[in-house]
This record gives sequence, C-alpha cells and structure tokens, in this order.
Amino acid sequence: MKSTAHDFKENAHKALHDTELREALSVVGKNFILKRRLAADALPEFETLRDEAVEIKKRTLNELDLHLERFERKVIEHGGQVHWCIDAAAARETVLSICRSVNAKTVTKGKSMLGEEIGINGFLEANNIRPIETDLGEYIIQLADEPPSHIIAPAVHKTKSQIADLFEKHHKLPRSMDGEALVAEARAMLRQAYFDADVGITGANFLVAETGSSVIVTNEGNGDLTQTLPQIHIVLASIEKMVPTFEDMATILRVLARSATGQQMSVYTTVSTGARRAEDPDGPEQYHVVMIDQGRSAMLGTELQDLLRCIRCGACMNHCPIYHAVGGHAYGYVYPGPIGAALDPALLGVAEALHLPNASTFCGRCEEVCPMRIPLPKIMRHWRERAFEDGIQPVVQRSAIRLWAFFARNPLLYRLNTRAAMWALHALGAARGRFKSLPFASGWTAGRDLPAPQGGTFHAQWAAKKGRTK
Amino acid sequence: MSARDRILGNVRSALGRAEPDDKTRAAYDARFDAHTRNTVPARASVPHAALIERFIAEAHLVGATTARLDRLDDVPAAVASYLRDKNLPARIRVAPALQSMSWGEQPVEVGYGKAEPSDTATLTRALAGVAETGTLLLTSGPQTPTTLNFLPDANLVVLTETDIVGAYEDGWDRVRALGATPRAVNFVTGPSRTADIAQELILGAHGPIDLHILVLKN
Repeated sequence: MKSTAHDFKENAHKALHDTELREALSVVGKNFILKRRLAADALPEFETLRDEAVEIKKRTLNELDLHLERFERKVIEHGGQVHWCIDAAAARETVLSICRSVNAKTVTKGKSMLGEEIGINGFLEANNIRPIETDLGEYIIQLADEPPSHIIAPAVHKTKSQIADLFEKHHKLPRSMDGEALVAEARAMLRQAYFDADVGITGANFLVAETGSSVIVTNEGNGDLTQTLPQIHIVLASIEKMVPTFEDMATILRVLARSATGQQMSVYTTVSTGARRAEDPDGPEQYHVVMIDQGRSAMLGTELQDLLRCIRCGACMNHCPIYHAVGGHAYGYVYPGPIGAALDPALLGVAEALHLPNASTFCGRCEEVCPMRIPLPKIMRHWRERAFEDGIQPVVQRSAIRLWAFFARNPLLYRLNTRAAMWALHALGAARGRFKSLPFASGWTAGRDLPAPQGGTFHAQWAAKKGRTK
Repeated sequence: MSARDRILGNVRSALGRAEPDDKTRAAYDARFDAHTRNTVPARASVPHAALIERFIAEAHLVGATTARLDRLDDVPAAVASYLRDKNLPARIRVAPALQSMSWGEQPVEVGYGKAEPSDTATLTRALAGVAETGTLLLTSGPQTPTTLNFLPDANLVVLTETDIVGAYEDGWDRVRALGATPRAVNFVTGPSRTADIAQELILGAHGPIDLHILVLKN
C-alpha cells in the first residue's frame, strides 16, 4: 500500500470536517470500549492470561529461528509448501506465480492486513487476475476503492447510508437501508465467487510450530469458504505470527476476541494443516504458506521487538481519543491508531511517518488495554527522539525544543521565567479570565479560549504547601 | 543465498544466536511431547454435568439453538421437525459419519457427502464441544466433510454428552487422540455474524445463519 502518512496533518484536518465520518466514528468510542470491559470483567483469569500471553510471545520471539524451521518441516510433512520471501516484492511475485500455475482468473480473499501491506490486490489486478474481497467490510471498501480504516472493522468509517448507496450502484438492485437486507445482498453476490475462484488467499492470525498449522480467526465464515472451495489455498503470513503449541494458542485466543470485539470467542477459529488428504472429499489440493519477513527480523533484538507481539486485535485504536477523532484513513498507511503510530515508522521510515508518533496525547489507554502489553507510548516516544536526532523535524519545532531544553536544564532560570510569564499573563488576562487569542498559541486558541493563569506557578504552590495536597 | 537462509540468518544474528546443532534441535523438538498447559479458566474444571449445562448456556448466548435427545435414533425426527419449524426445504445433506442412522418414515430427502451449492441444510457430527465458550470442534475428513460446516443456511450438528469437555486444551487432546492431524479443525462458536455495516450485529454473513446443536445423552 502506498503511504500518505506524511500528509497526516492535512488528512486529519479533512477528517475532522467530514460529517459522515464523524457520524460513523461516533459508535467506535462507545461500543468497543464497553464490550471489551464487559468481556474482560466476566473472566476472572483475564489479567493472568494477558501476562501469560505476553510471556508466550516473548519466549517465542527469542527462539523464532527454531520455530520457523519446525513449522516449515511440519507443513511439508502435511503436503504443503512454504515460500520464504524477504520483502513485499518477493511475496507478490510468489503469489502471482502460484496463481499463474493454474491460470487463475479470479482469486477470493479473506481479510489480511499483510495483504494490504504488500499491496497484493493492485498487483494481481495489474496482472489480469481479479481479486475479490469476501469479508463484508473488505468487500464494501473494495467497492468504494478505499483502503481499510481499522484492522478488524475495515469499513467502520462508512455510514449505513453510504453502504446502501454503494450497493445500489454496484449490485443494480433497489436501494435498501435495512442492515439484514444489505448483508443478505452481499452474501448472495459473493456466493458464486467462492465456487468460481481458482485460488483462495487468507491471512493468518497464528502459525503453530507444533504441527505446521496456520490459523484464521473470523466471524463471518468467508475465510473458510475462501480457503476450502478453490483448488489452491495461499496463506499470507509474516514471521512473527508463530506460536509454539496449541496450548499457547489457546491462551492467546482467550484474550484476542475479548480485547477485539468483546466476544468470548470469535465464531470461527480454523486450524489448517497442509493440503487435502487423499481420502478427503473437500478442501484445497494445494496449500502454500507465503512466509514474509518485510522488516520484521530487523525489529528483533531492538527496542521495537515488543511490537512483534501484536496480535492485531485493534483494542488500541478502539480506545484511542485521536483515532476516535480522525479515524483510520488519516494515518495514511495500513496500520492506524496507536499500533500504527508505533509500527508504521518502522515499516515506512521515520521521515515518511514522522507525524504519526506525534498524533498521541500519551494518555496511555492503548497500553492499558493491549492484551500483549506492548509499551506503545514508549515506542512512540522512541520515534520522536529518533526524529529529533535525525534532524527531520521542522526548524521551528526543533528550535522550540532546544529553547525549552535550555531552560529545563537550568531550574533557577526556568522558575524565574515561568514566574514572570505567569505574572504577565495574569496581569493581562485576569479581568476577562481567559484569552481569545495569544501570540504563538493560535493552535490552541483557534478552537477554544485559553484560561488566564491565576498568578502563581506550580513550583510556588508546591513550596507553599510543602507537599501537602490540601 | 536463498531467502530462507537470509531470513533465518537475519533472525539469528538479531537475536545473537548461533545456528543450532543437532542436540539443540532434538531438545527443542522433545519439548513438544509435554503438552504443557498455561492457566486454564476455572469455569472449565467443574463436574461433567455442570460442563454440559455450561456448554448449552454458552451456545445459547452466542445465538446457537440446542435440542437434547436420548440417542442417535431420535435425530431424524428432531431434524424433520426443525426443518419444518424453520420453514426450510425438507431435504438435508448428511455427513457419512451418520450414514448408519435410519430415517424411516421421516418426510426428509437425505443425501450424503460433502455440501453442494444448492444445499440449504446440513447435518454433521462434532468431535467435541468445549464448555468454556459453547464451542464445537469439527474436523475434516471423509466422514465429516468441512463444506458441511460452512455452505448451508442451517447447520445441524450432533454432539454426544460424553464429548463435551471443559477447555480448548481438552478439545485439542481429542484431536491429538485421532493420531494424524486432520487438514482442518474448526472451532465453531455460534452461527456466522458480522458487524461491518455501521456496527450493527447481524447473524448469517457468509456461513450458516442458523446453528442447531443436537445434544445426545448416549
């Protein structure tokens, strides 16, 4: 996927003035947060399971080479193939050559964020193979020719009315505003596609080293039809999807759906192991795992290794005040929200994704709800520091930080100056109690008034109260 | 250098690990025999009678329906009345695992094997039911084709009470007991659903709209 992350400021500005987007996003902050809370509270072991899930992934990453080797061996034992791909370009070529081996005309697709990352749809189209997204959300945005705006709810930015318009235009059926009717319409439209497709492509939530299995977790059943009916099943997976055993996967499953949608368990958790057996009446004749690095191994052994624990549940964006305000498209790349702000700079380079780690209030809710306890604010701070060190921030910002740093290192000067500034602002604004505008503060005052300081500084109050809070 | 060697090499050098020798590899593989469990929720470790009740209650919570029957011979009548009540066509595609069952005078057209595009209802047999979340374990194979689980509007599943277990781990032990790992193992928790249209939960996205579990005493 082509990034527009460098345009975050413009993207966010547009998003804030998009009334339909505001309507669509209004449910995100309520629904997801409440449902996760209820699901977590209903399982007494939830926090223990989170701790264990973190440990499982940490252990797994520390022996990733052994797990990858065993996984490959087991896939081959079960009649499948593993294709190692260093980057997106290699992965695209691999998928294309598998599709060409059976002269594929159409390919059905289950939801895959890695598929977005490597831009597989556009590439197949350019090579005269038609990819058909089958997850309802992905299907909607494919009709709209847009990228997903959320990692588990790709069309969350669309209102029902916008979806009704899209379906009317593409399905050539009378417009309906009934949710059930719209779902039934998509179900009927996609039915034949499953049977006609030569190849089915899915992602993977897990790769299990024990048996060489790939696992998808879905609610709609489209992923299963996608991978069961065509003669070839291609799995797109990045190397960090590995878990050692089924016991380990069970632990992570117990926190995955609860964190994502607030379900106890998603409807379909499907464990695929190899190709159709000789005696099987259905299932794909070929099973290919496209094992993609795409920047992952470079994160190992660095402060970014924690990011490789991510299980793509979306809890961080569901709880993010910035995401609630601007939605996913503003981030301009595959992964929006806090995980995107931490991960996209690693995938795109910090110069391209400079704004994303700054698109945070550092409220810390993302880390609080992350089932894998990824220190997202810490990683965003890491990128801010990197951007400063690399000298890629705008001059004004750099100078301001330098100026502040100078005072922060000289406490006496700092206090003198803040005292003077507070006194001056108090003297100027006390009568009205607030400022409608102030030099250098238009970013704040354009949207709301700035309350006038009361005159004293925090340090002065602290000294006066000698640390007492009352 | 192959992409495989490059990726494994990158991983090893990032982690500061040497290429493992045969002894390390053997010790690593041996760990997989232990089937060590992490924390299993307490709700999965209750007496069997309570597990059955939990399974049924959880299945209902996720929108599945259930019927409790004494034995396999009661299944055809239960299927016939279900199809009638749901106003579905009186025909069903049945898993070969249930071929020995006699349909007698039941007014239902019965076919066996994998699901066909025109099938509106299917009947299959579960390897196990997991009580902790009302989850069915369905395995692929000549006796229980996978398409039966996904293609129809209504999926009916026979589950024996003795096959109801507490946790996912218990369910997976049943899979291991089969010997070879089947091509597909499906954990199914309720009928298909989506919330992709403005966050409204709607049942029956691409998989079955109805999931009906026939719980057998014997």
